[in-house]
Amino acid sequence: MINKTVKDAKEAVADIPSGAFLMMGGFGLSGIPENCISALLEKGIKDLTIVSNNAGVDDFGIGLLLKKKMVKKMISSYVGENAEFERQLLSGELEVDLIPQGTLAERVRAGGAGIPAFFTPAGVGTEVAEGKEIREFDGKLYLMERWLRADFSLVKAWKGDTAGNLIFKGTARNFNPMMAAAGKICIAEVEELVPAGELNPNEIHTPGIYVQRIFEGKNYEKRIEQRTVSQAKS
Amino acid sequence: MLSKEQIAQRIAKEVKNGQYINLGIGIPTLVANYIPDELEVVLQSENGLLGIGPFPTEDKIDPDLINAGKQTITMVKGSVLFNSAESFAMIRGGHVHLTILGAMEVSENGDIANWKIPGKMVKGMGGAMDLVASAENIIVAMQHCSRDGASKLLKECSLPITGIKCVKKIVTDLAVLEVSPKGGFVLKERAPGVSVEEIQEKTEGKLIVEGEIPEMVF
Repeated sequence: MINKTVKDAKEAVADIPSGAFLMMGGFGLSGIPENCISALLEKGIKDLTIVSNNAGVDDFGIGLLLKKKMVKKMISSYVGENAEFERQLLSGELEVDLIPQGTLAERVRAGGAGIPAFFTPAGVGTEVAEGKEIREFDGKLYLMERWLRADFSLVKAWKGDTAGNLIFKGTARNFNPMMAAAGKICIAEVEELVPAGELNPNEIHTPGIYVQRIFEGKNYEKRIEQRTVSQAKS
Repeated sequence: MLSKEQIAQRIAKEVKNGQYINLGIGIPTLVANYIPDELEVVLQSENGLLGIGPFPTEDKIDPDLINAGKQTITMVKGSVLFNSAESFAMIRGGHVHLTILGAMEVSENGDIANWKIPGKMVKGMGGAMDLVASAENIIVAMQHCSRDGASKLLKECSLPITGIKCVKKIVTDLAVLEVSPKGGFVLKERAPGVSVEEIQEKTEGKLIVEGEIPEMVF
């Protein structure tokens, strides 16, 4: 089996240059590549384009890269939790493409699956449709969306093996599997890295063919945005 | 006038046995609290879960288990997890029967605006555009008027729209209304103590009143 292991986040992101087109997995702060984001912060590169559903919060996740002005453009669906993001956007420092969430997920999926374009009903009649081809199929209007592919995709999984096979946990899966496939180089960070053969092939979510580099991350903070609880039953 | 909880309680009466349902952030999330126990329904979270359970107790909090509002949640018996592309395949494919979401404005032909206030608020549409373009039944939960008293039920939306001709029903603090396929808000029920005249006055779009309008009962 091909061994995809690299030592750590620093080694994994060493060749990501300024101006790179990146994808980062995660929904909110769940399933984000924490270790790779820290390593990018230390590298201090700039002019990055980042595809990510959200943009982190002011002091965590992609919010940290925004604060250091490393990001030129974000391609996201919802960025509501980040005041610095909103400031940079309204002042024109940051370019932003806002895309319906399902369209974003499908554009990334299409990128990894070799489908250059597809038609979706999401956004018909709205400003999202501006400049896009509209077609009627069976009496309903759809608009054409293009695939998204990246130089590097940075994903986070729960478990992985040295062959790059990945298993996700809970809703931390989100965009990670599609992004793994849509990156020319996919860097996967995992909470637990095991030798090839130790994961049950029936339970693997992302086949290792999509993953070029894998390492075991450390010190996962897994910050919670909205801590909602119910009272324990007495 | 209805409280937010009462709006949610009224919307819960629209839920039918066997439905897969997507609840938006805010009042729609509260609907889950009022769905009768005897109904078997499944709540979808568009980040990648079918079968949303109640909020966890303090000792069961899992940062890897959140809903579309990024709130910590639990799963129920029979829950299933998947990626976000699969999640929106369910939505666009018409497998989710009912979508309940909030709105800033609804027009008399069923257009909805809920994602952007130009120059002021830029948060993004999240999954709302996919949901409103796809679900067979869309119910809006909102206040009848904005904080400054302006009607939110309009002839045409003034804000950038999220979807066209998609809203079927609206439950506000004042009334239950259906969007007529020919255009116009058909008044179906009044909130307790609220008159047809008051609803008329606070509805900018065309209001259709046919016969006696019953008062909601809680």
